[in-house]
Amino acid sequence: MSTYTLTQAAKALTNGAISSDELTKNYLERVKSVDSKVKAFLSIDEEYILNQAKASDLRRSKGETLSDFDGVPIVMKDNIAVKDLPCTCASKILEKFVSPYDATVTKRLKEKGMVMFGRANMDEFAMGSSCENSGFQKTCNPWDLERVPGGSSGGSAAAVASLQAPVALGSDTGGSIRQPAAFCGVAGLKPTYGRISRYGLVAFASSLDQIGPLAHDSVDLAAILDIISGNDPLDSTSLPDQATNILESIVQTTPDDLKGVKIGLPKEYFSGDGLSPEIAASMTATQKALENAGAQLVEVSLPRTEYAIATYYIIATAEASANLARFDGIRYGARTEHADDLMKTYFETRGNGFGEEVKRRIILGTYALSSGYYDAYYLRAQKVRTLIRQDFEKAHEACDLILTPVSPCLPFKFGEKSNPLQMYLSDIFTIAVNLAGNCAVSVPASIDAATGLPIGVQFVGPAMGEEKLLRISRAFEQIREQKEFIPNL
Amino acid sequence: MSAEKMNIDVSYVAQLARIELDETTKQRLQSEMEEIVGFVDQLGTLDVEGIEPTAHAAPLTNVLRDDKAGTPYERSTMLANAPATVDDELIKVPPVIPGEEEA
Repeated sequence: MSTYTLTQAAKALTNGAISSDELTKNYLERVKSVDSKVKAFLSIDEEYILNQAKASDLRRSKGETLSDFDGVPIVMKDNIAVKDLPCTCASKILEKFVSPYDATVTKRLKEKGMVMFGRANMDEFAMGSSCENSGFQKTCNPWDLERVPGGSSGGSAAAVASLQAPVALGSDTGGSIRQPAAFCGVAGLKPTYGRISRYGLVAFASSLDQIGPLAHDSVDLAAILDIISGNDPLDSTSLPDQATNILESIVQTTPDDLKGVKIGLPKEYFSGDGLSPEIAASMTATQKALENAGAQLVEVSLPRTEYAIATYYIIATAEASANLARFDGIRYGARTEHADDLMKTYFETRGNGFGEEVKRRIILGTYALSSGYYDAYYLRAQKVRTLIRQDFEKAHEACDLILTPVSPCLPFKFGEKSNPLQMYLSDIFTIAVNLAGNCAVSVPASIDAATGLPIGVQFVGPAMGEEKLLRISRAFEQIREQKEFIPNL
Repeated sequence: MSAEKMNIDVSYVAQLARIELDETTKQRLQSEMEEIVGFVDQLGTLDVEGIEPTAHAAPLTNVLRDDKAGTPYERSTMLANAPATVDDELIKVPPVIPGEEEA
């Protein structure tokens, strides 16, 4: 029962095989059974969830279902606003914060009748690649509880991977959907920048953040994309285009759709010893499978690859320093009890409320924007960003999609990457896509024989190329040797 | 870009960012920051002459809405998360100038 994908759950509800009440109760049972080990959820309000499920069943009994997905649960990363539920961003500074409104994505999911199912753990304010930076708890990788689930959407990825829900929303600023998806053996999509409204997503880096789905396969990713995408007047950075309508196209995909598809391999990503042998082996197997199915592998170049991390960590931290200035203890969130004037309130509230990594990034960003350094760092990084974007545009002239690893290494153990810079460097394959604004999907490719850990691969599409992207990732799912990715818990 | 090394002073930057740091944290952050800044300094080696900066991946500018006033949220909703309020109308804040409440 708990192996249901979003598509399977929706079908079962439509066929009357199960009610939303039964479905959600099954998932709640699963939570009770495994989440003490996985710790994916920061909070889960059983009464709230069952009320939504009952409302769905009532609608169905009256013939008033809101969509094919009415009554299916979806997990929300704890930086996406759901009215009357906590929105802590895994930070002590928002420990008691309750959202007074729904994010636009929340509204759109509710309009389809989906059941808001718990708040997922994350790295604090989405800053991290392991969920170790959460202010509250460490989420464990369902495939090996001593290893990280990835981050920052680690809770979302782990919840789906451990079958506690069929689908989740996460957010991706430098790889925060794609990398935990790969670490947990699920699929994760970062849509084109501007596809999904950011209204109600607590901002980390406004020019890089995007909300996206995590699920078991590309069909489910497409279903959620169709629901949450589309212009939003409340987000002035959202693209003018309406919602996508690609689910049917992805459902119809067959392996034949790989014939003649040009897959670009960026030479800078495969040179040197940047990849662990397990990842390299998985990439080779993936390439072979694609070739056997009729795809054509072509070498492409992304010349400014080596500058991507530095560029990102200036731009993202600069934007973060501005976005997190609002957490000052005044209008919402924690306020220090010990300060007797305004300045002390700011200093102490922020000093006590923010974790280590958040402080690090605010300081780096503040420095990059400070007088005398703005031109040398922030402005310069924005120019390099243009070059990186051009690199991708040029590469996409020679191929349909770019294929890359997601992470240079297997999911690591807690505490293994204790040096911050070392952690940053592991973002190398995902980070450039956010700078360029393109869409990208991470799908499970294989399971490493020696460790039993999942390995994912990334397909990168041109801006607005989600249909082509998900058709090809869907076709790959159909031809890859490993069919299912379910951890033993 | 000149070869002059940019030095980050964590103490000063933390002041700008209004974040209080104890001595131990300050020292640890100082050495971490020096390493990270040393890493990002590599951007100085690129030739960016004549390149326009990209502020946003999406090619949008000046997205405006109609100039119509609205009150989407009740005051009580907006005050619900405030640490301290006065008469359910205002947010209570500490004195802006130390000692002014004695005046």
